[in-house]
Amino acid sequence: MTTKQTSAKTLEPPKMDEKEFLPYKGRTPDIIQRPSRNYWQQAFSKLKTNPSALISLLIIIALVVFTLIGDKIWTVDPYDQDLTQISSPPSFNKKALVIPDKIHYQPIIQPSKEEYTLKTTSSGMSVIGTPTTQFIAFKWQPVAGAKGYQIFRHEYLPQHIDDLGVPLGENEGGEHVSYLDALRLEPIDYFYSIIPIFDEGQSTQYSTIKLTAMDAIPLSDAVELGIIPIHQKTNYLGKFIHLPAHPLGTDYLGRDLLARLIEGAKTSLFIGVLAPLIFVFLGMLYGGISGFLGGKADEIMMRFVDFIIALPFLLFMILFKVAFGIGPGESGIFPMLMALILLSWPSVARLIRGQVLQLKEMPYIQASKLMGANVFHLTLKHMLPNVTGLLLVTLTFAIPSAIFTEAFLSFIGMGVVPPTPSWGSLCNDGIHTLLTHPHELFFPALFISVTVLAFNLLGDGLRDAFDVKMKEDQR
Amino acid sequence: MSETLHTQKTTSYPWLAYAIKRLISGVIAIWFIATATFFGMHLIPGDPLSSEKKMSPQIRKNLEARYGLDKPLLTQYGIFLKNIAKGDFGISFTQENRRVNDIIREHFPISALLGVLALIFATLGGIFLGAFAATHKNQLSDHVIMLMVILVVSVPGFVFAALSQLGIMKINDAFNTDFPIAGFSSLSHLVVPSIVLGLGTLAYLTRLMRSSLLDIESADYIRTAKAKGLSNAQIFAKHKLRNALLPVVTVLGPAVAGITTGGFVVEMIFAIPGLGKYFVEAVQQLDYTVIMGTAVFYGGFLVLTVILVDILYGWVDPRIQVVK
Repeated sequence: MTTKQTSAKTLEPPKMDEKEFLPYKGRTPDIIQRPSRNYWQQAFSKLKTNPSALISLLIIIALVVFTLIGDKIWTVDPYDQDLTQISSPPSFNKKALVIPDKIHYQPIIQPSKEEYTLKTTSSGMSVIGTPTTQFIAFKWQPVAGAKGYQIFRHEYLPQHIDDLGVPLGENEGGEHVSYLDALRLEPIDYFYSIIPIFDEGQSTQYSTIKLTAMDAIPLSDAVELGIIPIHQKTNYLGKFIHLPAHPLGTDYLGRDLLARLIEGAKTSLFIGVLAPLIFVFLGMLYGGISGFLGGKADEIMMRFVDFIIALPFLLFMILFKVAFGIGPGESGIFPMLMALILLSWPSVARLIRGQVLQLKEMPYIQASKLMGANVFHLTLKHMLPNVTGLLLVTLTFAIPSAIFTEAFLSFIGMGVVPPTPSWGSLCNDGIHTLLTHPHELFFPALFISVTVLAFNLLGDGLRDAFDVKMKEDQR
Repeated sequence: MSETLHTQKTTSYPWLAYAIKRLISGVIAIWFIATATFFGMHLIPGDPLSSEKKMSPQIRKNLEARYGLDKPLLTQYGIFLKNIAKGDFGISFTQENRRVNDIIREHFPISALLGVLALIFATLGGIFLGAFAATHKNQLSDHVIMLMVILVVSVPGFVFAALSQLGIMKINDAFNTDFPIAGFSSLSHLVVPSIVLGLGTLAYLTRLMRSSLLDIESADYIRTAKAKGLSNAQIFAKHKLRNALLPVVTVLGPAVAGITTGGFVVEMIFAIPGLGKYFVEAVQQLDYTVIMGTAVFYGGFLVLTVILVDILYGWVDPRIQVVK
């Protein structure tokens, strides 16, 4: 490896700094010499010429900062449920109307007048009070001869009687001509339709009204969230107040997504970084020993490695994860860590063993042995420095795949246990509301993708910089 | 893979000796998978009989006897191995009287069909895109393809699956079409899932194909072909493509493994009743026999695929003799 590098160097001169050719102080000016640079300096100077690797490094540093001190800056509790803002899209400055806690709504009972018939317009329908996200109430003219009414809600103007949207309920009795809707309302336009029911069945006529729900918050909730002081709360009734900001929106339980992403980053990066650190170390030990011993011992040790590599990875990941068990109140991080380590060290061992086998035949190692170097000297002075580049690159590529594995397991519900968030479980939560609130999947997916991308690009850069030959393998 | 140059003829059928040797190690690997699954299973706290329904001790005892759970662990292990050798995976715990063999027979073909479609898409697409990128090196199209490859590799597969479902819905809404979003009742249900499933492998093969084509750019035989006066198209089809395809063949084995396990998520999201979906459900319900059966089946399938690809490789590339 090292000899290859030096021979390559004599063939094509590396790019050099002009400064390196300046005359040395205290020497004769005609000697041009560049300072000798060691392996790490060489690798680093090569890495510096790779912009995508550098940007990736910055992104990774930013992510680490985000994970470590994110919750000191954004102090919202990731487990706090803000039920006034469920699945709300990203917002900084949302205003809401303060309304009384008790809904003042009396069902309207009005006997029908014979002459009134229904038209396919909003005529005859009218709103009661202010339509808000807490509740929307409306009433309509009684239809002659109706035995009751069916009420529907849609998010766009219905074009046909078969396309009226969600059936909300049914009023029994032709004189019950009002309806109160409090079913998961959001600050958007709603189209409410009614169909009268006659003795002979449903009418073919319907009537629709468009109502726009306004953001509203019940008084006691506003007090509980600490937005308005308790002793003068009645002053705020009917006024607009600012709701707590959620820069990345909230999830399906009204929990702040940014806070959950910070908390999830701890889980995802903890597993994603710690597991590779441990299994790369174990693989290095095992592979190093195997390669160093050689012969029969090496063959037996490597046969064992072959078997573990033959295990279908994700299948056994799931199996071991379950086998290590989760007690009550545990987050499931430890079993996942164990399973990842158990299944991942063999490929590192194989890589290192190959490298050690090559190194063993190198003349300088032979020479060192001949001069009486013992095992420790050989390992520490010759072997280890020559595999560090490979180890670093392996580690950098192992991190994104560990993050992926965690995300995958949490996504299929075999990973961390709720309510502990991880990026994968946030994606899993988000996918259920994908159609209506895409931000809940988008942000966690974005974090996973950017992290994985950054580590992959950095790994590519490191591989080029350390000039490591790796056999790419895919799971 | 351990191939050395063919120096001496040990038998008249060198590949046969190699195949037998590989098959024996494959059988040992399958035994290892079975053992790991068995003891992994029995590490799990609780068992499939400890359900929410209260069971009288007598019934429990009978059930344990029926499933052989009353015997010592090592005896159970022996019976398990013996049954596997006979190709019998036992009876499911949660789906009464349903044999695991039947579950595999019914649901594996669906997974296999999905996997084969994904593999075809990934291989053809990867070879084409990789070749296109290599022949347009450092042009805009090359950069665009390589950027897409990096993006595809960095985005989790389930995100693509979810987005494609959203996409189909939007298309159905916009054009009033009725393209299936989930489920499985016809081949058209598998089109989008197999594309989603194959994307990762496609990206990987594209990168491999491109670098493999660029590697042989300066090979001696290409220069010779140029010197002979062959046209660029001829050189590409006869010399470059065929040689560049060799590394692609070697990764087909691992690619099958990747696609098979990646199929779990795709099957779950698209509600395709394949074996992967069953496996995940069985793990959730601690259905011992189904878990062990599917794990051993999948493991054996993958081991055999890798062996097959290795043998195939010796056949595709005559320069490499598989004899040791």
